[in-house]
Amino acid sequence: MNIPLPLFVVIPLIVAFLLPIIGSLGGKGKSASTLLANITVLVLLALSILSLGKSDVYQVGKWTIPLGINLVLDGLSVLMLVAVSVVSFAAMLFSVKYMEQYTAKPKYLSLFLLMVAGMNGVVLSGDIFNLFVFLEVASIASYALVGFGCEHEELEASFKYMVLGEIASIFVLFGVALVYGNTGMLNMAYISKSIQQNGMNPGLTFALGLFIAGFGLKAALVPFHAWLPDAHPSAPAPISAMLSGVLIKTLGVYALARIIFNVFGLSLPVAWILLALAMLSMTVGAFLAIGQRDIKRLMAYSSISQVGYIVLGIALGGLIMVKQQNIVLASLAILGGLFHLLNHSVYKSLLFLTSGSIESATGTRDMKKMGGLTQRLPLTRATCTIASASIVGIPPFSGFWSKLILVVAAVQAHFYWIAALIVFVSLCTLIMYLKLQRYVFLGDLPEKFKKIKEHRGTMLASMVFLAVLCVFMGLLVISPTLKAIVLDPAVRVLIGGLRYSKNIITISGM
Amino acid sequence: MLYALCFLLFMIGLYCAVVKKNMVKIVIGIVIMEYAVNLFLIMLGYRTGGQAPIVGQKDIAATGTELTNAFINSSVDPLPQALVLTAIVISLGSLALMISICIRTYEKYGTFDITEIRRLKG
Repeated sequence: MNIPLPLFVVIPLIVAFLLPIIGSLGGKGKSASTLLANITVLVLLALSILSLGKSDVYQVGKWTIPLGINLVLDGLSVLMLVAVSVVSFAAMLFSVKYMEQYTAKPKYLSLFLLMVAGMNGVVLSGDIFNLFVFLEVASIASYALVGFGCEHEELEASFKYMVLGEIASIFVLFGVALVYGNTGMLNMAYISKSIQQNGMNPGLTFALGLFIAGFGLKAALVPFHAWLPDAHPSAPAPISAMLSGVLIKTLGVYALARIIFNVFGLSLPVAWILLALAMLSMTVGAFLAIGQRDIKRLMAYSSISQVGYIVLGIALGGLIMVKQQNIVLASLAILGGLFHLLNHSVYKSLLFLTSGSIESATGTRDMKKMGGLTQRLPLTRATCTIASASIVGIPPFSGFWSKLILVVAAVQAHFYWIAALIVFVSLCTLIMYLKLQRYVFLGDLPEKFKKIKEHRGTMLASMVFLAVLCVFMGLLVISPTLKAIVLDPAVRVLIGGLRYSKNIITISGM
Repeated sequence: MLYALCFLLFMIGLYCAVVKKNMVKIVIGIVIMEYAVNLFLIMLGYRTGGQAPIVGQKDIAATGTELTNAFINSSVDPLPQALVLTAIVISLGSLALMISICIRTYEKYGTFDITEIRRLKG
């Protein structure tokens, strides 16, 4: 049985509006709203895992496409849905205790669920204007969440994020308007069909440029990255985990891949532009991260570099597909990119959660002021080390496999310099996480931290949950059955490229 | 011609958002960009001398199900107007949030000048 697709958007949306009402009922209401929010993300997690391996098209209000709006579930959407659900489940579990230090917790939970609803909507949407609407829902919730503390830094970061995010959204809307003007369609499948029949024209090329800039801003690719290192550290830790873990990927990378691969169709210049952006992000992000003293800022810069890896995998696959017509190799590169996306959402959110645990225990984010925390925070140390090992790419942790696939794909396609760059950036990543381990966990324990205690309970549970995932995620590529269920359908969607429109139109029975 | 003017408006907004130092002026720049895009969408569907796309008795052709050619050729495209309504609502939401962040920032820093609001670096 297929799960009705609107549930992914409707459930969090309804609960998001109920939460502040329940929360205003007094002391009992507050804990009830926390419980309800947790149940909601758990339900979403179950639904997304149940829909693995399925594909479905839902026409909203029974209006047939291209007149109505449709929601599309295919391999790539399911992959993103699972990533969103896993990270939001862990972050929500972590928030139960962590958010006690802020006031207005029900409002926080409500914004959190709005963001989840927006991201699920972006992932499922088969309509380009609908995608913009959900993009804005998720973004506006995230602007508010970044500034949730209402202190000096938070407000500044939130404003910066908001200005750049709004400019990105307007670019996307302008692109949508141009596409509508040139093709007369808003449905992605039909836009793609129209482009295939009539070819590109200057208006559509300009729209594609606007989409790359808009979604690139949302994905924080260098040179559009200026907001990320401020916004991600300023947010509360679970929100940093959500932002770095899934938001930049759903709003940025996913939307970019969908628009370029499935709607406009790949061309050589576009693949090169993406590749250039990816390599720039990888190196610049890594170099800037090494110099940081603020623990969350270091992780934020490393996010830029890791998003570079993901886009690199996807762009390399596209390049191989256009230039060498080698589908097998292209699938390998795209598989590496998408697997890295899944991995990164797990270990980067875990890193941000551990940083939250450290911050709430010590009250500082400055690495130079810490030291020897292994004695006081043993389990945080353990999970943080697993995540660091994973992001650096030490076997058998998950990050190793995705980087291995990327290197193998690059070497086989004779892009030796790209393979070299991947390894080099990995080394930079190793340096920054060794630095983190060294300053935070090793060395002498400062006098004032002698009495601090680790948070037990839900905070720890969510960290351990993600750490276990980090260890076993490698199975997704090693075990052929798991690979066939989770990753292969997503790769096929991108490799299939423009066949997307035909599939959607056939499934909808037009 | 009109499209060029619309694009000019968009660029003015972008310039204002990027160059200005005052937070409120940046917000105004963003709003100008939004309006330029909304205007562009409306112009896409507009027809000089067109009529409102509301189907009356006389607009249905003799076959009973089709619309008359006269109606199709003269009516304005209603879809961009629906899109613009949605876009306006969204921009209202983000505008409200932006202004409230501006106000809170002014309470904290006592200034709207972004060159003085610089606690974050690196």
